[in-house]
Amino acid sequence: MRSKKLGRRYNDGEVIIKQGETGNSLYVVQEGRVEVIHESADGDVKIAELGISDFFGEMGLFEEDVRSCTVRAAGDATILTIDKRNFFKSIRRDPSLAYRLLEKMSNRLREANERINAP
Amino acid sequence: MDWFRSLIGSNFMSHMDAHEMELTNGSRIAVIGGGPAGSFFSYYALEYARRFGLEIELDIFEAKDFTKIGASGCNHCGGIVSESLVQDLATDGLVIPSDIIQRTISTYTLHTEQGTRIIRTPSEEHRIASVFRGSGPRGCLEKNTNGFDNYMLELCRQHGARVIREKVTALERTQDGIRVGCGKSPNRDYDLLVGAVGLNNKTLELFKGVCPAYSLPETTRAYISEFMMKPVDVEGSLGSSMHVFLLNLPQITFGALIPKYNYVTLVLLGEDIDKEIVHNFVRSDQVRACFPEDYPVDQIAPCQCYPYINVKQGRHPFADRVVLIGDSGSSKLYKNGIGAALITGKAAASTAIFEGISEKHFAKYYAPICKDLDRDNMVGKLIFGVTRLIQKSSIIKRGILHLVEREQSDAAASLRMSSVLWDTFTGSAGYRNILRRFLHPGLLFGLIRSTIGTLVPTFNHQKHEKQETRQTL
Repeated sequence: MRSKKLGRRYNDGEVIIKQGETGNSLYVVQEGRVEVIHESADGDVKIAELGISDFFGEMGLFEEDVRSCTVRAAGDATILTIDKRNFFKSIRRDPSLAYRLLEKMSNRLREANERINAP
Repeated sequence: MDWFRSLIGSNFMSHMDAHEMELTNGSRIAVIGGGPAGSFFSYYALEYARRFGLEIELDIFEAKDFTKIGASGCNHCGGIVSESLVQDLATDGLVIPSDIIQRTISTYTLHTEQGTRIIRTPSEEHRIASVFRGSGPRGCLEKNTNGFDNYMLELCRQHGARVIREKVTALERTQDGIRVGCGKSPNRDYDLLVGAVGLNNKTLELFKGVCPAYSLPETTRAYISEFMMKPVDVEGSLGSSMHVFLLNLPQITFGALIPKYNYVTLVLLGEDIDKEIVHNFVRSDQVRACFPEDYPVDQIAPCQCYPYINVKQGRHPFADRVVLIGDSGSSKLYKNGIGAALITGKAAASTAIFEGISEKHFAKYYAPICKDLDRDNMVGKLIFGVTRLIQKSSIIKRGILHLVEREQSDAAASLRMSSVLWDTFTGSAGYRNILRRFLHPGLLFGLIRSTIGTLVPTFNHQKHEKQETRQTL
């Protein structure tokens, strides 16, 4: 069988990034869907579900901190890793690459605000 | 007007002219050529305009139908989408659909007369795609093959570009724009003209009329052919590995076999590749060994072409309201032409939308990108000069193979030589970056040690042979 998906294949439920672990790569969903889970003592809370061309792990690009959530495959999924070095080299040459990241982060901030302020 | 110009100074006036040359709501852009450079420009120009709140009209003139099988729908290229390009596109939200991808590449296999070594991707991910530029080679039986160029052009159409399936026959500068003439339809006037015609001499000559300081790029001939094979044979013989050859054959700088689904693409780069050079390469033991035993690789006539490739960029590829991109302007030497199309296409699009469309604007914001590619290519020429020396030296090739073997078999080893070779073959990094890493003392020491290490058994072997000969005598 020819492999036709760019990135790495994850099986249903397989963890892509784990909350509390360090990491500095950005991930882009190439195929399938992933769930973003916040793990706490009270149990796991699903924060979001992402699909094709959505990205996650962006905080790891800017912060030397541990992952704030766990992301796992919801069904079979193929995920492409964007290296931190490649990302910043590309941004230096072409700052517009950061636009989509800012746009998505802004959307996520708005959604988080709405969730917090929801009755 | 002249008295006013002399009164306030020509510099201020030219600043005013430049200021006036900006795209505004309703501005019209003509993109000549719908290959990757033209499509990347169009996609990003429309995207940037959307972000900027600017309403523009954009027409892409492309006479070729990329949905056609064979040469009439093809832009003659090996069809590799590099690792860095895949990542840049993904960051921008462009996920290459699986029906475009013929095969993903996970390893490179280096072939020399002295042996073969597999170099694995540093990331352990499939991040390189092999694609068809058109809808498949001549004789292709699959009717629904979707090529990269058609995918990009469709994406532009979805973003609002109008694709005009006509050949441009005339370009003329008017008082406040550029007039584009086609054989069949009436002339159209535009505010900005973008040349993305590759190395098509006839059309590039048209651009000289509206861009007088422009000089055409220098070119040489490469060779590309597509061998049809059963998918099971492609999988069995080449797998998901791109096979590159460092053989001591004249005029060949780089030879590669790229696996696709039911085709294998042969690419030869060097100096004016001709039939005889191709024959010598295909008949070599190392290339024959990559095909199934009963496959008559040197007897069949594959879909083949000798396309021109850019070896020195065109000079001054811009003027007021005109810019040339991709191969017509600047490209990457030998590798990652689609990546260079993205770099120049985006740079020209951001200049046109965010800055302006005068010669001064392009000189300030677009030319540095071309110059950077040019500087990198100069280092690339040096690297390929060294590669040619290595091709001729069996001793150094043995040393390289030995070093790669050591790196690839030891999980803890630093992959200095492997990653340098990986980036040289894949075009994932710039040539300056590759040279810097090649000159790392650790790598040079490792290479010298490996080379000397491989010499000792050779020396012992030769000594032993001499002794044996003496005894026989």
